[in-house]
Amino acid sequence: MSPVLDGFAVVLEPTNLLYCLVGVVIGMLVGVLPGLGPAATIAILLPVTLGFEPVTAIIMLAGIFYGAQYGGTITSVLLRLPGEASSVVTVFDGHALARQGKAGTALGIAAIGSFVGGTLSVIALSLVAPLVAEFALDFGPPEYTMLALLGILLVATVSNGGMLKALIAAALGLLLATVGRDGFTSAERFTFDNLSLADGLDFVPIAMGLFGLGEILYTLEERHRAVHAPTKVANVWPSRSDLRQSSGAIGRGGVIGFILGILPGGGAVLASLAAYALEKRRSRTPERFGRGAVEGVAAPETANNAAATSSFIPLLSLGIPANATMAVIFGALLIQGITPGPQLVTEHPELFWGVVNSMYIGNILLLIMSIPLVGLFVRILRIRPTILAPITVLITLIGAYTVNNSVFDIGLVVFFGVLGYLMKKLGFDPGPLVLAFVLGSLLESSLRRSLLLFEGDPGGFLTRPISGTLFALFLAVALVPAARAIWHNRRTDPRHSNEPV
Amino acid sequence: MSTENPSTADEPSDDTRPPAAGTVTNLVTATVVVVLGGAALAGALSLGIGSPSKPGPGTWPALVSTALIILGVLLAAAARRMDDAEKFTRTGFLVIVAVGTMVAYVAVIGVIGFEIPTALLAFFWLRILGRESWRTSIVVSLAATCAFYALFVGALKVTIPHLF
Repeated sequence: MSPVLDGFAVVLEPTNLLYCLVGVVIGMLVGVLPGLGPAATIAILLPVTLGFEPVTAIIMLAGIFYGAQYGGTITSVLLRLPGEASSVVTVFDGHALARQGKAGTALGIAAIGSFVGGTLSVIALSLVAPLVAEFALDFGPPEYTMLALLGILLVATVSNGGMLKALIAAALGLLLATVGRDGFTSAERFTFDNLSLADGLDFVPIAMGLFGLGEILYTLEERHRAVHAPTKVANVWPSRSDLRQSSGAIGRGGVIGFILGILPGGGAVLASLAAYALEKRRSRTPERFGRGAVEGVAAPETANNAAATSSFIPLLSLGIPANATMAVIFGALLIQGITPGPQLVTEHPELFWGVVNSMYIGNILLLIMSIPLVGLFVRILRIRPTILAPITVLITLIGAYTVNNSVFDIGLVVFFGVLGYLMKKLGFDPGPLVLAFVLGSLLESSLRRSLLLFEGDPGGFLTRPISGTLFALFLAVALVPAARAIWHNRRTDPRHSNEPV
Repeated sequence: MSTENPSTADEPSDDTRPPAAGTVTNLVTATVVVVLGGAALAGALSLGIGSPSKPGPGTWPALVSTALIILGVLLAAAARRMDDAEKFTRTGFLVIVAVGTMVAYVAVIGVIGFEIPTALLAFFWLRILGRESWRTSIVVSLAATCAFYALFVGALKVTIPHLF
C-alpha cells in the first residue's frame, strides 16, 4: 500500500495542489467556450504545462481534463450546446431544467454526480490498473501490434460519422506518423528535404490544429447560430428531494460508466446514453424525461465522468489510449518523457500513483470550485464569440510556438487547423486521426519487430494465444458491421440479390 | 420506448444544420483520398519496401497507403449515399480570410516580433470578421496583446521573438 500513500503525499504538496486547482479552473474556463471539448481544451493548454516537473504537469493536466469535462456540461445546460458527444444527452433534461429557471439545480446535480462517479471510478481504477499492467508485462511486439490495431478499429467504429471516413482519418494519422527519420534504418521518409520535418511531426501542433483551431474556424461560419445565455442562475445547491430523487441514478450511472469506460472508443458517450436510457426505463414516470427530470442529468453526467476516469486504465496500464482525449494526454505524457505502459506502475510508482491520486483531488476541487463559480461561467458565456474567438486563436498560435520555440510549429498548427476545418465540414471525425498518429510509431515498430521475430511469416500472429485472440476480436469488429450492411443491402435492394458480393 | 423520445422532439442544433453537400463534393473528397494514398504509395515504393522477413523503411507506409487507396475507392462507391458532409457556402469565405490572417501572422512573427502581429490579428478578427465596434476592437486587441506579453514573456519566460 505504501506507494499509494506516497502518491497522496506527492499530490498534497502545496505546489501540486495549487496547480491542480489552477488546472481545474482554467480547464473549466476554456471548456465552457462553445465547441471546445476536453480534447481541444487540453490541446490548447498543453504548452502551459510544459515548463513544470512531470508529476506537477500531469496533475495540472488531470485538473484541466476534469474542468473541461464539466465545462461541456455547463454549455449543455445553459446553451444547449454540448461541449462533446458525451454530454449530448445532458442537453435534454439539463436545458429543460434551465428553461424552468432551475439551471442551478441541473449544474449542481451534475457536479455532485460527476464527483461521485469520478471518485468511485478512481477507486476501482486503483485496484484494476495494476492488475492489468501485470498481465500486460508479458506482452511482446505481436500483442502490441494487435492491441493497437484493435484500438484504432474500435475508435473508428464508434466515432461520430461513418466508419469508412473514420478509417480514412485513421490511415492518414498512421501515414503522418511515418514522417521523419525511420527508427530502424534512419532513412528519411516523406520529409521533402525539409530540416524541420526530419525529426518527424510533433504531436502538439497536430492536436492543437485539428481540435482547437479547426473547431474555431468551423464555428466562425456558424456565428448566426449564437445563443444567449440566461441572465442568472440561482439555487445552485440541489434541494434534498432532488438529491433523493437522483441518488439511485448517480449510483447506477457510476457503475455503468466505469465498465463502459474501459472499452476503447466512445466509452463516455456510450456510458452516458446507456445510463440515461436505463433511468428512463426504470422510472415510474418516464414521461418526465426530456422535460426536466433531475435523474436525466444525474445519470449521464455521473456515467460520463466515471467513464472518463476509467478510460485512463488502458492508457496507464497498456499504453494504449482509448479515445481522442486520452490520445492528447498520452502525447502530453510523452513530451514529459514518460511512456505510459505496463512498466509505469513498477518503474515510476510515484508518478503512476501521483497521477491516479491527483484524480481524487481533481474531483474534490471540481466539486468545490464548480458550484461557486457557476455565476462566473454564466458571465463568460455572455461574452460574444466574436471577442472570444481571436483570443483563443492567439493563445493557440503563441502556445504552439512555446512547445519547441519554433515558428514552423505555428505554421503546422495553421495547416492542421485548415485540415481540421475541412474534415469537420466533410464529415470526418478528427479523433481517429489523432489517435492513430499517437499509436502510429508503436504500431509500426511492433509490426516490424514481430515480422523479424516470425522471420516474415504473418501466421505467427495467430499462433500466439493472446495476439491470436486479439486478431479474432479484430476480425469480428471489422466484419460484423460490414456483413450486416451487405445483408441489409441484399434484403432491401432486389437488384443486388443475384450479384456476387 | 415511448413516442416522447427527446431526440426527436428536442434535438440540439439540428434545426440549424447547414445543408448537406452533394455527390460531387463526396466524389472530390474520395478522389483526394485516393490521390493522397497513391502519392504516399509511390513515396513508399521509392523508399524500398523490403520483404516480410526483412521489412524496409517503406514497408509500413506502403501497407497504410494501400489501405488508404482501398478506403478511398470504397468512399467513392458510397458517395451517393453519404449525407454527412456539409455544403461549402459563402460564409466559407470568412474562413479563407481568417486563414490568410494566420498565414501572414506566421510569416512576419519571426521578423518583427509577436506584439504588432498579435494586436493586428486580434483587431482584424474583431473589427472585420466579428463586426465589433471600433472602440471594442481597439481596446480588446490592445488589452489582449498586453495580457499575452505578461503571460508568455513575463510569467512563462517563453523565448518568442518580441520587440520589448
